[in-house]
Order: sequence, then C-alpha cells, then structure tokens
Amino acid sequence: MSAEGKPILVIGGGIAGMTAAVEAAEYGCRVVLVEKEAYLGGRVLRTHRYFPKMCPPACGFEVNSRRVRENPRIAVHTLSTVKAISGRAGAFRVRIRRRPRFVTGDGYLDATMAAGLTATRADEFNLGMNRIAPLYLPHPMAFPAAFVVDRESLSDADGAKLLQHCPPGAIDLDMAEEDLEIEVGAIVVATGWRPYDASRLDHLGYGRCPNVVTNVMVERLAARDGPTGGEIVRPSDGAKARHVAFVQCAGSRDENHLPYCSAVCCMGSLKQVRYLRDKNEGARATVFYIDIRTVGRHEDFYHELVGIDGVSFVKGKVARIDEIPVSRNLRVHLEDTLAGTARHDEFDLVVLATGIVPNTAELPTGDGQVPFPLPRDGYGFLAGGTLGDGIFAAGCVKRPSDVSRVTKDATAAALKAVQCLNGRR
Amino acid sequence: MENKIGVFLCSGYGIAEALDIEALSEVVTGECEVPFCVTVETCEGAGLALINEHIAREGLTRVVIAGISRRRHPAPVFPPGVVVEMVALREHVVWCQPPRHEDTQMLAEDYLRMYIAKVRKEEPPVPFQPEGPLSRDILVVGGGIAGMTAALEAARAGYEVRLVEKSKALGGWLARQHRSIPTRPPFRDLEETGIETLVAEIEAHPRIRVHTAAVTAAITGAPGAFDVILKPTPNGTPNEEVADQFRVGAVIQATGWRPADPREHLPYGRLPGVIRNVEMEEMIKSGKPLVRPSDGAPVRRVAFVHCGGLRNGERPSYCSSVCCLTSLKQALYLRERDEDAKVYVFYEFMRTPGLYEDFYRRVQEDPGVFLTRGEIAGVELDRGDLVLTARDTMLGEEIRVKVDLLVLAAGMVPNSADGEAIRALEDAKAASVKGDSEGVRQEAAAKAERLKEHEGTAILHLAYRQGPDLPALAHGFPDSHFICFPYETRRTGIYAAGAVRQPMDGAASREDAAGAAMKAIQCVEMTARGEAVHPRAGDRSYPDFFLQRCTQCKRCTEECPFGVLNEDEKGNPQLRATRCRRCGVCMGACPERIVSFKDYSVDIVASMIKAVQVPDESEEKPRILALLCENDAFPALDLVGLHRRRLNPFVRAIPVRCLGSVNAVWVTEALSAGFDGIFLIGCKYGDDYQCHFIKGSELAFTRSENIREKLEKMAMDDARVELHQLEIAEYDRLPQIFDAFSAVIEKYGMNPFKGM
Repeated sequence: MSAEGKPILVIGGGIAGMTAAVEAAEYGCRVVLVEKEAYLGGRVLRTHRYFPKMCPPACGFEVNSRRVRENPRIAVHTLSTVKAISGRAGAFRVRIRRRPRFVTGDGYLDATMAAGLTATRADEFNLGMNRIAPLYLPHPMAFPAAFVVDRESLSDADGAKLLQHCPPGAIDLDMAEEDLEIEVGAIVVATGWRPYDASRLDHLGYGRCPNVVTNVMVERLAARDGPTGGEIVRPSDGAKARHVAFVQCAGSRDENHLPYCSAVCCMGSLKQVRYLRDKNEGARATVFYIDIRTVGRHEDFYHELVGIDGVSFVKGKVARIDEIPVSRNLRVHLEDTLAGTARHDEFDLVVLATGIVPNTAELPTGDGQVPFPLPRDGYGFLAGGTLGDGIFAAGCVKRPSDVSRVTKDATAAALKAVQCLNGRR
Repeated sequence: MENKIGVFLCSGYGIAEALDIEALSEVVTGECEVPFCVTVETCEGAGLALINEHIAREGLTRVVIAGISRRRHPAPVFPPGVVVEMVALREHVVWCQPPRHEDTQMLAEDYLRMYIAKVRKEEPPVPFQPEGPLSRDILVVGGGIAGMTAALEAARAGYEVRLVEKSKALGGWLARQHRSIPTRPPFRDLEETGIETLVAEIEAHPRIRVHTAAVTAAITGAPGAFDVILKPTPNGTPNEEVADQFRVGAVIQATGWRPADPREHLPYGRLPGVIRNVEMEEMIKSGKPLVRPSDGAPVRRVAFVHCGGLRNGERPSYCSSVCCLTSLKQALYLRERDEDAKVYVFYEFMRTPGLYEDFYRRVQEDPGVFLTRGEIAGVELDRGDLVLTARDTMLGEEIRVKVDLLVLAAGMVPNSADGEAIRALEDAKAASVKGDSEGVRQEAAAKAERLKEHEGTAILHLAYRQGPDLPALAHGFPDSHFICFPYETRRTGIYAAGAVRQPMDGAASREDAAGAAMKAIQCVEMTARGEAVHPRAGDRSYPDFFLQRCTQCKRCTEECPFGVLNEDEKGNPQLRATRCRRCGVCMGACPERIVSFKDYSVDIVASMIKAVQVPDESEEKPRILALLCENDAFPALDLVGLHRRRLNPFVRAIPVRCLGSVNAVWVTEALSAGFDGIFLIGCKYGDDYQCHFIKGSELAFTRSENIREKLEKMAMDDARVELHQLEIAEYDRLPQIFDAFSAVIEKYGMNPFKGM
C-alpha cells in the first residue's frame, strides 16, 4: 500500500510539520519538509517545559530529529519558503525559494571564529533578549546542526575577518538565493503561530515598562540555554522576581484585539507559576483570569496550585498597568469580579499571557501563486482541515491548540495527504 | 564470507590538533589488528563520499568512522549491508578534554577499541518476517463518531476495515444528538449532526464491513496478524456463539464514553425535573413538547448547572471538556423553541476554548440566557417549581431562581477497561487459592477485593500476558502519557481514539480518529517491512531468544513494557516480534543472557567494556563506565562537548537503548575488568516518567538490588555503582555527576581486581 509516488510537501518545520513529515514518511511516503528558519523545531523548541508533565520538549525533539535524520524518505529545506503552487491534487508544482546560509558545509565552523567581529545580531531564538555573533548555531540542539551567517549585519571589514578566521571554502558570502521547482502529490500547511504583538497592549504597559514581559519571553528566561541561564529576573535590574502577576487573556477574548481564546495560555501561566516557585524561593504569584480553562485531565494541574501559600487567583480582567517610579515595580488595576471591589496591586514583574496568531503571511496566496484560495476565517486561521483538494492545514495555523492536540491534528493531516496519494496511484 | 573491517580517522574539526592521529592509527592497525585504516579530512559531504568510495573499493563490511557525532550528521547514507559505527571523537573527546594530553589520547584510543570490538560482533539486522499471512486490515471497535470516522478514514486510504459496534446500530452518542456544537467559522450556529450521511457512506463503502450487535470475544496474535473472534449481542448481552472470525493488522479502540453520575448534593433522581444533559438532549431530539415531570406543565424556565458529574466533594477530578459547550447548545435549543424561555447557566469557569469563544459570545448576546459564575447551595421543590439557591456569584449575593427543569451538565466516563488491573485481579484471585501460606492467601484475597470493580470489565479481550485490554492512565482513560507523542501506545498496533482516551468534543474526536487511523495503517506497513514503530521507528533488529537455556524465570515476560511476550504452559517466553519496540528490556531482565539483537546484545556491550584498556593501579588513572540512555543522557554528551564543558577524562560512555536493557552482567564484567565505578544514567521515572519505554528506567532502579547482591559477592562496595536520572536539557549536570565520583574512589580506593 505504501505510496511510492510523488512526495508530500509539508510547509513548516515546527512540531506540527515535523510530526506530519515523520508520520507520512514512516508510513512509506516521500516527504519534502520546508522551513523558513535555519532550523527545525519552531516554537516548541523555545519552550522550557511542557504542561502538565513539566518535561522538556528537547526530549521529544531529540526523538523527532532522529526520525527525520535517519529517514531517507524525508528531504529537509531550511531557510526556505514556498513561493508558488500550481497544478492540482496528485500533481502540484511547487516553487521553493531557499535563502542562502552562507555556509558551504565544507570545512568545519566554530563560534570562536566570529571572535573580533564588531557586528552582533539579536538572538531570535531568545526573542531578541540577547545579542549574538553573526556566525552562529541557532540553538545547541539545532537540526540541521549547521552554522548560519547573518550576512546583513556584517560590514565589509567583518566579512573579510570572518573569511580569514574560517577554514578556506567554509564560508561563501556571495551565496545567492535560489529557487527550486518540485512536483508533489499533496500538501500539508503547518506554518504555526506567533505571539500576539504585545506592543499593541499599551494599557498593559508592554514596551513602556521594562518589567512587563510576555509569556513566551518567560519560557526563554526559564530555560538553561536562555538569555539569563535559566533565571527568572526583572529586565530592568536583573533582580530575581519575587512577586509576579500573570495577566491572562492579555489581548485575548477581547474585541479590540483577539476576540477568540488561545486555548493554551491558562495552562501556560500555571506552568510558569511553577517555574517561578521552583526557581525563586519564596516568590509569590497572582493569576488574574476571566475563566481558568484547564480542560480535560489538565484540571488537576490547576487544583494542585489552589490553596498554596503564595499563589493566588483573582477573577477579573486587568484594566491598566502603571509603572511605579524608582522601584520600576508595576501597579495592576482591575475589578475583582467576585468580590466586587477595585484592586490596585503592586508587583515586581508582570507576565502578559499573550495569545496565538496564525502565521500565514509567507504563504503564497496571490493571483497565479495558488491554484485556489486557501480559505481563512475572520481571524486569519486556515479554517477547517481541507483547504482544497490535496491541501490540508494542521496545527496552530488552523486553530489555537496545545502540543498534544497539534500532533494529533498533524497525524490526521498526514493521513489526508496519504489518502490523496493512494487514491491516485 | 569473512567480514572486512575498516576504520576511518577524521583529522578535521580540530581533531588532529588535539589528538595524535598517527598513534590512533597505530592502535587500530597494530593492537586491534585492523588492516584497513585511513585518515580523512572530514566525514560529511565530500568526506563521506570518499569514505563510501573506500568502502565499496575495499569491500568493507564493518566500518568505524571516528569523527563527528552521528547526531550532527546531515543524514548519513551508507551502502546496504555494511555495519557502520560512528565515534564522536569531536564531541566526546576533543571538545571536552584538554588538547594533546595523555588522558585525552587514552580516551580516544579506548573509544576506537570499543567500537572496533563492537563492529566485530555486530551483524546487520535482518527484518522480521512472521509466519503465516500478514493482514493489512484494520479493526475498529466502537461505532460512535470516533469509530465511524476511523473506519472511514482508513478505508479512504485504501484499507479494508471491520467496524464492530455492540448495539444494533451505528452512531453512538452522535445519533442521539439533536444538533452539534459549531465546528466551522463563524462558530455561531448549531450544525446538523450529519449522522445519516456518515452512516450511509460507511454502509455503502466497499472496503468497510460493519458488524453491529457484536463485540470482540478474543483478539490473539500481534500487529500484522491479530486474529479476532466476534460474538453476537442480540439482546444487549453477548452470547457464546461466534459471529465471525478474521485476521486484521491493527486495532483502533473507539469505545467512547458514558455519562457520569451527578454530584451527591444535587438531587438527581430524588426530585422530579432534575435531569442530566444527556436526558435533555433526548427530550429535545424526540421533538415532543417539553413538560415538567412533576405536573406536566410546559417548561419555560431551565437552569443548567455545570460540573454536575465529575466532582469529588468540592474538587473536580477532571474536566469533561464538552459540558460547557453542551449547555450553551441546549440553552439555544430552548431559546429557539420558545422566544420567552428563560435560561440560567451556573458555572465555575466557562470553558469554551479556542474558537469556541465565538459560540460563547453568541449565547452571551442572547438576552434570554443568564450566565453567571455560581455554586448551587440548595434545590427545593415548591408547588411544582424547582427553587435553586446559588452563591458565590458575580453579583456578590445569594440568588434564588425558580425553574421548571434543572439540567446537570454531567461529565464523561470512559468506556474503558484497565487491562493491567484485570490481570492483577486474576493473579490475586489465583493466589488467594493457591498461595503458599495462609498469610499469602489472605493478602491476595484482600487485593482481589480491592480490585473487584475490574471484574468482568474486559472489552477487547486481548491475549496478552499483561492483561486483556490497554492499560489505563489517570481516571481510567487509556491515553498516551506523552505530550509530543499522543499516539504512543503500550500495546503496539492498538490505538485508542476519541472520548475513551480523554474527554473531547465531536470535532476533536474526528481528528483524533483520523490520526489513530494513520497510526494503524502506518503500523501495518512498518510491520510488513519488518520495522519497529515509534520510538525506534524503522529499526529492523528484533530480539532473538535462545530458548534452550531459558529457566522459565518469567522476568522478561513480566517486565516487558509492551506485553510482547506471552508464556506457554511451562513459562517459556513466546515472542510476538511484531509487538516489539526493540527497547531491550527483556535483554536487561534475563539472568541467563539468552536474549540478543543482531546489533545489540549482552556480548556486544560486554566486548566493548572489555576492550577498554585499564591502566594499573599505580598509574592512578581510574576507569569509570557510563551506560547512558541513547535518547537523553548519551546525546547530552554531545551538548556537553558543544558547550566545551570539561568532562572527567576517565569515563568511558556506552549508549544503551534504554536503561532497562542494562544486564547486570555488564556491571560485574566491568568490575572484573578493573573499572573503578559504573554509572547507569536513564530517563526520569515515576508518575511523570519520561522514559520512552515506559518503565525501562524505573526497572533499572528496581533491579539495582540484584546488582548490589552481585557486588556483595565480589566483596565490592555498592557505592561503586551509581544510578541517575537525567533529561537531555540537563546536560550540564553530567560533568558534575562524573566528577563527584572521585570522592567514591578516594573513600574506597581503586578497584582491587585491577590487573587480575
């Protein structure tokens, strides 16, 4: 039964795309996996721990990297995006654009070879919270384990220095973008999500108050390989956070921002309360919520925190956050809807639980770029599973979901692609 | 044909700067007597192509490439039939040891000796080919939304499907629904259930055979060859006839859920007019006018109380995920039937996650639906009216409402059976009769009493030593324990889908069922290719049992996490190879060392251990063996290197498939060979275990008693063997763990067996 025909194209190399790719490839299909970043793993790899097990995503990522690496049926294209799709189910033609890595694969590279360069770049993996050299391995577990050169941030002098430090032929600063045309039988779109732009949440102080951070930033702060080596500290002075507010639905369930619920932020914040309590002894946390949405077996995860000294839950939507001068602490204003009273509590760090926005910007959608329009809902999610004959969406680009649901969905999307190929053998 | 060994030494990556390549080559060709040893500059890209040329030209069959870690290779490909081992000289030696140091050189030399010893013993795996015809058909148990979807999805992919439903018709709860909650944007309107179309498509599908009024009486065999016997349930209860028998390749359990009993303090069944959401659905679906059970008056006012079922005192044990949505849906039914209807909804948290928020908003917009947080303090019947008192509301005061009906949002209980508990019950019952002493018999009887609730609960009736059904996770759901691998199953080829494995709504069940169908057809294809499924996906090795030496100790059959091994009457293990996940736990369990894989065996690892050159005590260079789990602790070594952290130069690391595959004999072999200490480092175990082989890591810890006894016999202190749990993200703990061992050596001295 194994589909020896045309490959399946998977767009997006996060947990959804990797899952769809390995499931289809282990079934027996050939797969082309396209990822716009220089490495696979997406958002999940930047997550410190999973709820509710509090286990590191690196563990499953190690298994999935091995499944990709050792499976000859999977071809991976990083730094690549899909520019155009034509044809029809069973016979799509796809144009892939590959950005240059500026690294040839000949001769080995090492972070020390960037010593002495003047330029630095924001470390995107750590959401720009630190700066790194323009010759870098994106992450210690990066797959593929290959360095990247950030050509744009290199001055001519830096470029010359880099060429001098690296083994001859290892770097090619003249490498150009290239287009690749392939034929595929079916397509899985798994381009994932990005956090809602917190700078739009002016009333909550993001961008205005350094000690207002977002939930995704806390994942990096808690990680050993993050910008603070795993310390949850205040950006303003590097002091350990002692009293932290978790503001739920920061821009979610809100007609002015994201009217929908992002489904994972409640569990995400409860998890971060645990990070805080584990790392900063005696630290206190208050969670401001509208509803605690710990669905299914996750209910226990909430109840284990209820009644713990130092952890409190207040029902109410935060109206405004102000910075207190000198201490740079934050004042959080809201109405406690159960007590019916106004509150103005002081914290030394505020975490905004920002929501999930689908990543569809880089998908081809224009005239002549796709054979049919990919249906979206009013929020930009690729609505429903089947986007048209032979094209299927999976994961957070389709709907906000947690990792477990995403991987199930990606496995289901792999089946749809297999059906498409098997029906056309 | 005699094997021809070749060794490739990589001089690039800074290796030649840190190590004396010529001396390494000496070790290979001189001491190890490998005639073919070549130095190459790299082992990727053009370097790898050069290596492959050499392999072909020289006809090499066993190859060691000493260069970079296989993990950091972009998809290495080698000629078929050639056994290749890659030694991470760069990560495990050069990056974590001082260059040009005697100890660094010794470490590199030992790794070469170890891997040369390994390839000498290793054979390329030959895929398992079971006897008898393989089936690619899929059995789906349960004909509700999940089961029907799984059947249809597998059939659409080209597979023959048997769909078994115990009642007389397909449909399950979906067939009893009036409308469905919205599944499509704009998520505002109730949808037709679509049940007629779905059933019609299934019944007309040429590849699906539906067996209604039937249940599984027995499932024997293994993936690719499960033999199924169905028995009929003409009147709801099964009789002893055989309705049908057939062979399938994989099984999907989609046996669904049943409504929970509501909370004690709510007068369900005690006051007329207090009903559950499932009964409300039935009343609406019937199309009859809604009347009060107390006096037949029309129903105009209805209250919904959430978390009506699954609460244990004040604490919900789990959330059933769909009850909030169901109440909102039923509120709309009432409002659509009667524009003057008043609906009250009392909840603790309104759980309409994700895009369902739009549906919630639509109900909030309806002026006839009053939604509030609140706890029900009391319910009374007053002249036909139900009077509810609610407190803790957002209005801040106690409120009283009069309604005609009170609907309890009762949760979901899985229609599952805990296979391991059933087995434990059977064992306890047997021991309560046959136990050696009165005490044993009494204890067993007490255990049987505790497990009584599992009596007669079997659903699948699997012929597995570990019990007749999937093992249950928390709250009776036979779910995966892994976040990133939700289809991980402890019974290979048998996948749970839908509400039986965790509470979920219809849309989630459909997706889950499609995913389970994918895993089922994938399993039959991988089985046909002789490959293991996740997590050692694609592995073609499988365990071989040298049964002549078996002493029927049953350790392997009891400890296999996947129920691979049945027992014959004498207690001999019966391998069902296609159930096997290749973790090697059986190999670790066997005191007679009769279990081996072609590329992984007690002998292969023992040879690697013995290949290490142990210096005399006078040299003051201890040797420590580290047996590391290949998924976490071993790759963590790469990360230690990448971060240029110094590692104790006396440690010799060997990857193991799972810590559970560690055979105690390796420990004694190592101590006899003069090693001063041994580390066993595996994944986290316990309730939140991270071991991908379920309990392999835990087994290593429980078996350590056995190791302790062995040490005692050798007059060694058990401090020489250390067990640790380590996750890959904690790679930076490895150097500390290794360094702390010097204290042990200081205290107990070097191994007295050295040089003997």
